[in-house]
Amino acid sequence: MKNVDYDLVIIGGGPAGLTAGLYAARARLKTVLIERMVPGGQVLVTDWVENYPGFPEGISGIDLVQKMAEQAKRFGLEIETDDVLSLDLSGQVKEIRLNDKTITAHTILIASGASPRRLGIPGEDTFWGKGVSACATCDGPFYKDRVVAAVGGGDTAVQESIFLTKFVKKVYLIHRRDELRATGILREQALANDKIEFLWDSALTGIEGLTNVEKITVKNVRTGDEQKLPVNGCFIWIGILPNADFLGDSVERDEFGFVRANAHMETSVPGVFAAGDVRRTPLRQIATAVGDAAIAAFSAEHYIQNLEK
Amino acid sequence: MAEGVFEVEDNNFDAEVLQSEKPVVVDFWAPWCGPCKAIGPVIEELAGAFGDKIRFTKCNVDNNPVTPGKFGITAIPTLIFFKDGKNVDQITGMVAKSKLEDTLNKLI
Repeated sequence: MKNVDYDLVIIGGGPAGLTAGLYAARARLKTVLIERMVPGGQVLVTDWVENYPGFPEGISGIDLVQKMAEQAKRFGLEIETDDVLSLDLSGQVKEIRLNDKTITAHTILIASGASPRRLGIPGEDTFWGKGVSACATCDGPFYKDRVVAAVGGGDTAVQESIFLTKFVKKVYLIHRRDELRATGILREQALANDKIEFLWDSALTGIEGLTNVEKITVKNVRTGDEQKLPVNGCFIWIGILPNADFLGDSVERDEFGFVRANAHMETSVPGVFAAGDVRRTPLRQIATAVGDAAIAAFSAEHYIQNLEK
Repeated sequence: MAEGVFEVEDNNFDAEVLQSEKPVVVDFWAPWCGPCKAIGPVIEELAGAFGDKIRFTKCNVDNNPVTPGKFGITAIPTLIFFKDGKNVDQITGMVAKSKLEDTLNKLI
């Protein structure tokens, strides 16, 4: 067999990538994990994780992923900081194009995660980082005793809105429907919280201000009525989009761009696997990402064993 | 020579940043900010690589209320890139290390 740099290249250093790295390192696969910034992924912007088993009091997002990285490194996982620009999956040996070099591998794990989706409304880009945010743990304390708006009705929107009430005077929670999609316990906590005012059947349609956010426009989607509300900040939690631009048409994806993979985490291309938030999956949690990743590393190991026969 | 990442405060910001002969990067951070802590080691690495041409500083927004207010900072981590006392570039949130390198290269 000709010289191939790695058995496995893992793209992305969130919980999925780090878990696959741990399993692959223990399986003695020659593995590198490529991360564009620092290991952690979206968990880094999670203030407190309460639904990952093994931590009865909960654990901060950064502590959890740093422990995951430490554990994988203890077994020899190599982590490199670089951007993956594109993949060439045409041959049996796969090529991964990075900023200033191309590396080759027998198998690839796509674990590049997802990023918060934006609304695409006037003012959103202008005020991003100047009052518009998707990270309550980064920016919440700047809004002490002030009024903010939050958009969304899923777990993230509701959990982070509850977190914001530790600082702010009031949160307007703007949601398109007339009930929350978030899980039971979060729904209960939010509905019982005096600092959260719900704007049901509503959509955020504009953000205005001079240098920072000053007011927003909220439209009732049933009646069409619009109102302007003075707020100091605006948090947007309306779901996520896959970090998958570098994939192009190289593997099969769904209508939103998430990678299709089966129960063995195999994508449409043999030897290429996907795990975690980038995958088309009914639930995106740390617990599901690490589960996907363990299976993916196992599948990669089997694929390589079969190549050697 | 690289000098690591220098801590700046409200009372020395003008002298250390705005009047600096070298371009300056200011990393606005706080101890409660997970992503700020996470990118810390990367900023240190960049300070090692670019430190002879660019001055690397950090400003704790909890201890220094005046400076972040002056630059309208409501989100961290925020990096502001100064040249000749002027704010020439600003990056908020976690971005790829390569993007930081590109921005630093433009500053030189």
